[in-house]
Amino acid sequence: DTWISTQKKIHSQLSLPVYPLQENRQFGSKMTDSKYFTTTKKGEIFELKAELNSDKKEKKKEAVKKVIASMTVGKDVSALFPDVVNCMQTDNLELKKLVYLYLMNYAKSQPDMAIMAVNTFVKDCEDPNPLIRALAVRTMGCIRVDKITEYLCEPLRKCLKDEDPYVRKTAAVCVAKLHDINAQLVEDQGFLDTLKDLISDSNPMVVANAVAALSEIAESHPNSNLLDLNPQTINKLLTALNECTEWGQIFILDCLANYTPRDDRESQSICERVTPRLSHANSAVVLSAVKVLMKFMEMLPKDLDYYGTLLKKLAPPLVTLLSAEPELQYVALRNINLIVQRRPEILKHEMKVFFVKYNDPIYVKLEKLDIMIRLASQANIAQVLAELKEYATEVDVDFVRKAVRAIGRCAIKVEQSAERCVSTLLDLIQTKVNYVVQEAIVVIKDIFRKYPNKYESVIATLCENLDSLDEPEARAAMIWIVGEYAERIDNADELLESFLEGFHDESTQVQLQLLTAIVKLFLKKPTETQELVQQVLSLATQDSDNPDLRDRGYIYWRLLSTDPVAAKEVVLAEKPLISEETDLIEPTLLEELICHIGTLASVYHKPPSAFVEGSRGVQHKRLPGSAGSGESVESPDPGAAATETPPAVIPSQGDLLGDLLNLDLTPTTTTGPPPPTTSGMQMGAMDLLSGGLDSLMGDESEPLGGDIGGNPAMGAAFGAAPATMPASFNAPGSGGLDDLFDLGGGVGMPMGALNPPKAVWLPAMKAKGLEISGVFVRRAGVIQMEMTLTNKAMSVMTDFAIQFNRNSFGLAPAGPLQILTPLSPNQSIEPLNNLQVAVKNNIDVFYFSCQYPISMLFVEDGKMERQVFLATWKDIPNDNESQFQIKDCHLNSDAASNKLQSSNIFTIAKRTVEGQDMLYQSMKLTNGIWVLAELRVQAGNPNYTVSSISLKCRAPEVSQCVFQNYEAVLKN
Amino acid sequence: MIHSLFLINASGDIFLEKHWKSVVSRSVCDYFFEAQERASEPENVPPVIPTPHHYLISVLRHRIYFVAVIQSEVPPLFVIEFLHRVVDTFQDYFGVCTEAAIKDNVVVVYELLEEMLDNGFPLATESNILKELIKPPTILRTMVNTITGSTNVGEQLPTGQLSVVPWRRTGVKYTNNEAYFDVVEEIDAIIDKSGSTITAEIQGVIDACVKLTGMPDLTLSFMNPRLLDDVSFHPCVRFKRWEAERILSFIPPDGNFRLLSYHVSSQNLVAIPVYVKHNITFREGSSQGRFDLTLGPKQTMGKAVEAVLVSSQLPRGVLNANLNASQGTYTFDPVTKMLTWDVGKINPQKLPSLKGSMNLQAGASKPDENPTINIQLKIQQMAISGLKVNRLDMYGEKYKPFKGIKYMTKAGKFQVRT
Repeated sequence: DTWISTQKKIHSQLSLPVYPLQENRQFGSKMTDSKYFTTTKKGEIFELKAELNSDKKEKKKEAVKKVIASMTVGKDVSALFPDVVNCMQTDNLELKKLVYLYLMNYAKSQPDMAIMAVNTFVKDCEDPNPLIRALAVRTMGCIRVDKITEYLCEPLRKCLKDEDPYVRKTAAVCVAKLHDINAQLVEDQGFLDTLKDLISDSNPMVVANAVAALSEIAESHPNSNLLDLNPQTINKLLTALNECTEWGQIFILDCLANYTPRDDRESQSICERVTPRLSHANSAVVLSAVKVLMKFMEMLPKDLDYYGTLLKKLAPPLVTLLSAEPELQYVALRNINLIVQRRPEILKHEMKVFFVKYNDPIYVKLEKLDIMIRLASQANIAQVLAELKEYATEVDVDFVRKAVRAIGRCAIKVEQSAERCVSTLLDLIQTKVNYVVQEAIVVIKDIFRKYPNKYESVIATLCENLDSLDEPEARAAMIWIVGEYAERIDNADELLESFLEGFHDESTQVQLQLLTAIVKLFLKKPTETQELVQQVLSLATQDSDNPDLRDRGYIYWRLLSTDPVAAKEVVLAEKPLISEETDLIEPTLLEELICHIGTLASVYHKPPSAFVEGSRGVQHKRLPGSAGSGESVESPDPGAAATETPPAVIPSQGDLLGDLLNLDLTPTTTTGPPPPTTSGMQMGAMDLLSGGLDSLMGDESEPLGGDIGGNPAMGAAFGAAPATMPASFNAPGSGGLDDLFDLGGGVGMPMGALNPPKAVWLPAMKAKGLEISGVFVRRAGVIQMEMTLTNKAMSVMTDFAIQFNRNSFGLAPAGPLQILTPLSPNQSIEPLNNLQVAVKNNIDVFYFSCQYPISMLFVEDGKMERQVFLATWKDIPNDNESQFQIKDCHLNSDAASNKLQSSNIFTIAKRTVEGQDMLYQSMKLTNGIWVLAELRVQAGNPNYTVSSISLKCRAPEVSQCVFQNYEAVLKN
Repeated sequence: MIHSLFLINASGDIFLEKHWKSVVSRSVCDYFFEAQERASEPENVPPVIPTPHHYLISVLRHRIYFVAVIQSEVPPLFVIEFLHRVVDTFQDYFGVCTEAAIKDNVVVVYELLEEMLDNGFPLATESNILKELIKPPTILRTMVNTITGSTNVGEQLPTGQLSVVPWRRTGVKYTNNEAYFDVVEEIDAIIDKSGSTITAEIQGVIDACVKLTGMPDLTLSFMNPRLLDDVSFHPCVRFKRWEAERILSFIPPDGNFRLLSYHVSSQNLVAIPVYVKHNITFREGSSQGRFDLTLGPKQTMGKAVEAVLVSSQLPRGVLNANLNASQGTYTFDPVTKMLTWDVGKINPQKLPSLKGSMNLQAGASKPDENPTINIQLKIQQMAISGLKVNRLDMYGEKYKPFKGIKYMTKAGKFQVRT
């Protein structure tokens, strides 16, 4: 046996024979505090009162103890307040402490009585024994009664400057207490400055407590700059760090993490002084040190030797945390999950420590599994797979499911392992354990999406298990597979038909999938399945209450009946491949969370502002320095800024956005790759944008061919193949992961006269890495919104969709056009040609607004007959005429006319009066509004000058925009 | 910071509450009870539970939940570490940390909690300092106090609290000066079906019991310090000296303390002390299963493997087991399906085995899961990592202390898959 256990044994052996057993028991019952719990009779309070007022010291103390014991179990003993407070004036330290305990508990409910205690407190603050002084100031701060806090100020001020550091450090905490009760008082009394001075105290414990107190106060004053960190204070903190207690080290490290070093040398020197903390026995110290290092490491040049050393030093302490108690492990694992995403190299060789032990608590198991997948690579995939297969036979259902799903994720992540993963999944399907089979089918579907036309041989095995599927996700996955590979499954129609019987009892997910699958089947084998498709379309459109299902049904129906070829192109379009890892945390959030390692935020993987109640308006923290965050996107191209008003990002909760917020967007999946339903829905949404469909939607609408893309399915839906997909730029240091979705507006189309460069509409900063820049052009009679979507994030974005908010000219992705209504006050703030757009991808929905030149809306048949023009000119009241001056435009009338013509502004007549050319022009807006113009061109010497313009229109609101457009076209 | 603490026993009663700031209503624990109900096992209650206005951070020790309530952003590890410290302190003071012991000493508990946190900030958590502030209750002292009217609360400022060595009290005196060290290693391993090691690692600690007069300054050196590349030290250890020379140099706390803990990772070769031959099978369509298990020593450097205890959670479908143990006794609990075999010492000449049959419920299908075998064992006088202390020297004091070092290896989470 060990020394320590032997010693304990000897100790107990020694103590036994001294007291005979019987006597011992007697003592036991009498001498322990459990006796305080036994009295529950009615006169208890009365009895205690008598005892408290007893002359005997010992009796008094016993009585106070009984009172405290009752208090701890939640009994109400507040009635004894005056009697207990009377016992306070004593030189017996234990009795004093007990009374203080009581006071802290009940002072709030008896504020008037509590005043009685003030004198004793003030006196105790002057006591020669520093322990008493500290105790008094500590207790006073805990009494949350306003009247008492006023009396506290003077003693506190003295104690903050006390000669004994023990008193000073207690007083520092007391300032935080007082601030919690009355913040104004603390500021008025200047305690905050005194507290700041204590950061330079000679005693490390005082420094630590001052830092802790300031940090707590700062939490409620986010902008107060209380902890003004400069190199001098940092140096003091680092010195104190070595000498203070473990708890003090946590406070100091957390405070250090808020500092931004001036340069990489300072950063390195701080790292060097913090590194020893990684060997501390207290895991909270270790994790706080990891936070500081992870943050300051960002500033170190990667080629520095020290950088590599530091990386190596980080792994062992993180591994050690995993051998601690499960609660600690859990918090550590949540943090490691972040660290692994930011710097996978730290733990890439430590896969084995994340292997699950069968008696780990479930919350530890699930976290370990997550990290195993993140660390999976070609080098270790064999081991990982063997483990996952083992886990899939465990008892806990949740864990088994996640393990099966993990196998699928491995297949998608490590291509070389895909085959082995598939065969493992097939083995698992053979076990016939119901939930295993269902989970396996869901992931196999994802594998099909990632590696099309590779593993279809397993479909037969999957089909055998059709009957056992009872979960919607698994059924939907199976139906998707059948529909997708209908041409290879002989009895696909029978299989799908079998699902159709209980159509109305299925969940929406399954219904939608079934609809799409049967349409796919029909397009592949039209002859035998006509009846089936009829049946499902009528089920979806006539018998269903679900608008999604109905809409999708109608779209398919119309599509099939008008243009089966287009239908084929849309429905059977090539799907985008799914990305490797879909549940990565979005990079800016990840950066913020790295700054919060070790906190609740890191456990919940949410920014602190999202959930911590106590933090009012927390500042967002950012990693310093050279991260690949691509700051340059913030400043738009200067050329673009000249012609376009800079775009305003709509605040996400604006009232105007009501419509946008009701967008029918499929829920974004956070775990696992997006299910095929998403793609189906997305295709549904894109169908609406298709130019070929506008005839179905009513003639008055002007289709807006929005070129969104990068994704072949969408390209197909537009009926125009994407011209190029050049990978033309990378944000510096972002690891080459940037995907570029750049779709030119088609090749060989006639370019419009006005073709301003693209402007940044949605900076990446505000859209989790998605940057949208764009421009509006009108080509071949179609308004086009050309957008360049740039992925500046580290993960792949998918599932794009777009929708416009209601706008003045009713621009919509092929929605019906609205007649211009009188402007409401709210709208008049915005320019008329402001467009609010929502773009959705797998990460989130983003809102932004942009302005389009009004010339976009001028249609080609905007040339009026002369007679009509005259009549209309007269007909429009003169109030509706607006005049504008055009300066510095040197063009003769013919040149102006030509220029304008290319923007669909047509010259109807020309007249020369007194050396002035008068051009009469007309244009028509998409919503049928006519604008008439009289343009005067001065025929001066030597140049002609366009001087002024009168515009007449029934909707005078547009005049301003039209005028701006004139100016832009003429001066271009 | 930490707002309140609730202690909850296994039957879900709150038997103690302590508030360091304003009082938080007990009803906040309802969220904890909900989570507890959802968890299949007591240990599966998640350690961090959000509620609308607070966060509950809990640890389960000695079948008591220690639930801390916090209101603002506080590092959860800080809270968990503190709760561990509370548990350790109770154990230190009362010998055991049970509901009965806490209730028996409720006033001391309250005094301790008050001393450990101030407004949610840790104040005194070192056992050395706490013991100076609040004397641990012993039967003798209680009796003496009752007679003399003295108290068990210290009257003096705990001297260590402000010195450069806050962990050590001043004026320590012993007639016998002793310094003992225990090197205890636990081996965690997962062994797969075929007997090969999937992962194995060693968690080691050096616990010390130092009773030395005055201010001794100790150095401890190892034969093979290179094994220790992942260590956590007691604050008394001088880190710079370790970095430079791989020597542990420290002024020890008085009494028992953990000098260091270390971790030997799976990347080093870890010796596996025992092997297990097993054959646990169920046949399709039969209501019988076979159980066959043999243990043998593997890499033990000739030391005896003792106190071996084998346990395994058999599949739910197993009704009972008819087994024959070549040594020791076995039990099978038909309710929890836990099979436990107390083997004792392994005799390398006559390997212990447990053989026989298991009966399944009539008509039950073949169980899907394979039971995992859990092994506990002890090996005296050996640290399985091979760590060896070279020498212990004392400076700063004149006397000659008694010194002693013991080694021991135990199985931690040692699991064999079948």
